[in-house]
Amino acid sequence: MKKKQLRLTVNGEYHELYISPKKLLVDILRDELGLTGTKRGCSTGSCGACTVLLDGMAVKSCSVLAIQAEGAEITTVEGLADGARLTPLQRSFLDHGAFQCGFCTSGMLMSATAFLEENPAPEDIKEGIQGNICRCTGYNSIIRAIKAVAESKYKEEGR
Amino acid sequence: MKKHPYSVINTPVHNIDGIAKITGRAKYTFDVTLPRMLHGKILRSPYPHAEIIRIDTSQAKRLKGVKAVLTGKDTLGKKQGIWRRFRELCDEEILARDRVRYIGEPVATVAAVDEDTAEEALDLIEVEYKPLPAVYEPLEAIKEGAPQLHEQAERNINVTRHIEWGDVDEGFQKADYVREDWFRCSSQAHVCMETHCAVADYTPEGKLTVYTSSQSHYYIKVLLAEILGLRENDVRVISRYTGGGFGSKFELDSAQFCSSLLSMKLCQPVKIVLTREEEFTATKRRTPMFYYVRSGVKKDGTFLAKEARVFTEGGAYTAMGATALYLTGFFQSFPYVWPSYRYDGYRVYTNTAPTSAMRGFGAPQATFCAETQIDLVANDLGIDPIEIRRKNAMYPGYEVPGQATIQSCGLDQCLDKIDQWIKSRGKLPPHRGIGIAAYGFMSGGIFNWFDTPYAFSSAVIQINIDGKVDLFIGSQDMGQGSNTTMAMICAEELGVKIEDIRLHMGDTENCPVDLGAWGSRETLMQGNAVKMAASEAKHQILQFASAKLTPNIVYDLDIKEGWIHLIARPERGLSYYDVVKEAIRGKDGQPIIARGHYTPHRKGMISPAYSFGVQAVEADVDPDTGKITLKNCVTAHDCGQVINPLGVEGQLEGAIAMAAGYGFTEDLPMDEGKILNPNLVDYMLLRATEMPETKVMEVETYEPEGPFGAKEAGEGLTNPTAGALGNAVFHAAGISIKNLPITPEKVLNALKEKKKK
Repeated sequence: MKKKQLRLTVNGEYHELYISPKKLLVDILRDELGLTGTKRGCSTGSCGACTVLLDGMAVKSCSVLAIQAEGAEITTVEGLADGARLTPLQRSFLDHGAFQCGFCTSGMLMSATAFLEENPAPEDIKEGIQGNICRCTGYNSIIRAIKAVAESKYKEEGR
Repeated sequence: MKKHPYSVINTPVHNIDGIAKITGRAKYTFDVTLPRMLHGKILRSPYPHAEIIRIDTSQAKRLKGVKAVLTGKDTLGKKQGIWRRFRELCDEEILARDRVRYIGEPVATVAAVDEDTAEEALDLIEVEYKPLPAVYEPLEAIKEGAPQLHEQAERNINVTRHIEWGDVDEGFQKADYVREDWFRCSSQAHVCMETHCAVADYTPEGKLTVYTSSQSHYYIKVLLAEILGLRENDVRVISRYTGGGFGSKFELDSAQFCSSLLSMKLCQPVKIVLTREEEFTATKRRTPMFYYVRSGVKKDGTFLAKEARVFTEGGAYTAMGATALYLTGFFQSFPYVWPSYRYDGYRVYTNTAPTSAMRGFGAPQATFCAETQIDLVANDLGIDPIEIRRKNAMYPGYEVPGQATIQSCGLDQCLDKIDQWIKSRGKLPPHRGIGIAAYGFMSGGIFNWFDTPYAFSSAVIQINIDGKVDLFIGSQDMGQGSNTTMAMICAEELGVKIEDIRLHMGDTENCPVDLGAWGSRETLMQGNAVKMAASEAKHQILQFASAKLTPNIVYDLDIKEGWIHLIARPERGLSYYDVVKEAIRGKDGQPIIARGHYTPHRKGMISPAYSFGVQAVEADVDPDTGKITLKNCVTAHDCGQVINPLGVEGQLEGAIAMAAGYGFTEDLPMDEGKILNPNLVDYMLLRATEMPETKVMEVETYEPEGPFGAKEAGEGLTNPTAGALGNAVFHAAGISIKNLPITPEKVLNALKEKKKK
């Protein structure tokens, strides 16, 4: 299949790539750009481990063709922290032990980041991460971590 | 009890791998890419039972981009298994040569330039099978004349187990009340978020390096070496981050074996990542069990005699299923005093995917049956569920005849706490019930069917000039947090800060042997080895400090938070960092090195120590739809001294999600050996919205065998939930479902039956 040009911005960096049009966004991020923080747990859009932000919206990157991201701004887990400065949500995940094996964590952080941007109502947190499977934690520590941020218990670090 | 003045233990420490995990930098096997790396795929049997007549790989080999196509004929033809002391139980070839016994069994493997090409090549492999009669249910497979899977196993009996103590027949004669029930415990998939995967890299020097997602790099190394005909230490297994295990990742798997075989053929790295569908259909799973349980008790609820018989669906191979057969039998009696008990277990081969270890290791099935029956007994006799359990609860110092000695045991206090919580709930709304279940679990098995000649756990410490402590451990962190636990134990014992520890794990090349993260081993066994090494290192440092401080010989020295001091006069002391510098000079420039190890001796048949607990589940049962909604799940839990409170809480909540799933949503239905729901839409594990409120109440005890008094906290927590949930349904709706999972359909049928009566 003929390769096509793809232009996109990932974590603030502009890229021009030539890719097979059947490639999925998750594979481009991982294989072409080396951003392996984004995981793949099922390839059928059911587990949420591949969740990234596409123009600010949480999407499952295994269900998006890379060429659909033409011109888009993507944020992956690698784009959350500013150098060593973690986001409030990341710090809250640490404090609440909101991860164990860590394989779902990137996707979980991205879904939660989008949730907090759009609708930080604590009673809606469970729905906000319903599309993300975590087999380790039983979710409640994750819910507590997100809630603490939603309730503004974590401030941005010295920006 | 006296509070120990710990500075690290029982403080909420951040997971030491946490920042790597939340920034996406933690590199899992799934993320490993090596130069010249190829991608592998595995062709699997579509038949539950068939002879392989012929495999033609010629077309597949001609496909552009394909580098190798291998079949069972390209292996040494060895059978492997984890029960190495019993050769007949090492029954799995991994790449079948002449016969397949389950749908999903590997028959060929391909390496190609990319995954798509390898996938395409699979379609070009021609396999001619001669289908054989198959059998899927253990109760069918054990019958005379059923199709036989393995030559050595008549009537498909793979392993049997007998446990007995006391006079069971006399006990039943004396009983005022006898009750018998039949139960069916279903299967369950582990569903690790990182599917089984491996990157194998064989080089012309004859050395094989395998990156893999694993619970025991040591086991994988030994098993790979054996089946590939390599020297044990020419195989290096690297397993730094593992994306979940739950019992599925300490046996040799098809990704590890096939990638290694291909890499040895090609001298190029080969990566194999199982798809989610393969993960469901072709990796091992929880053992389905058919249980008969009979209990004899006195009018006042005192337990007298128990008899249990189980037939387990073994699937096509032994795997760790033989261990599950033993443990389910032992834990069927737990955590109670049964003056007499008799257990007979039969593990039966069937033409289904092999069943093996999964979190709880046979105990969740046993606990479901036992706890369901106890509530039925209590109900029949008009005794409160808490009281009947309290009357028969194990206690410190109790000996299970011929099996185990219970040292620490906080079961009674756990019952108190749950009792108080239930009372605090007051009158419940209609269609709601609270069910309880008591449980316990081992802190690592004392058995060695693997036949390792090494200590069960070892640790090495090297202290460098800046005081930084290199801690080398063999245990595997698959998410349960053992890395943090070991760093905490080391820091506490040595008297330094957790930041002073640099942990080395997950690599057979520079880590000492540990049998791995299964059977709730690590906190007690690896923890003891770490504590011993740290204690030895501290001893060396204190010798130098003593020479400097010149205390009266009757005084003892200790280190706390980097301050070496006289215990009697803490203000008189020296900085740890200064003493280390001088000690290394004094040792002719040698860093301080210390070793520790642990192997249980004379600790009974099962484990050196046991956790205990009681869980209450509060649930609604909708009488119109049969739908169960979890409201609360409260657990009183004795894991000895808590090492990491954040870790224990996480283990507990995670176990609830997994065990509640086992109780009412998760199942692997099959049609003629084919799993019908091999995806995350049809396989229903709990999502965030279905989680109940959870609360954990720690009951602190001190376990003399554990490091700082600690014992297991994680696996045992999977045991009670299905039983407690079943009992909640019983108390909410007056129906007892003895067939897992407790689906709306079963609830509705039982409600209909109840109406008829």
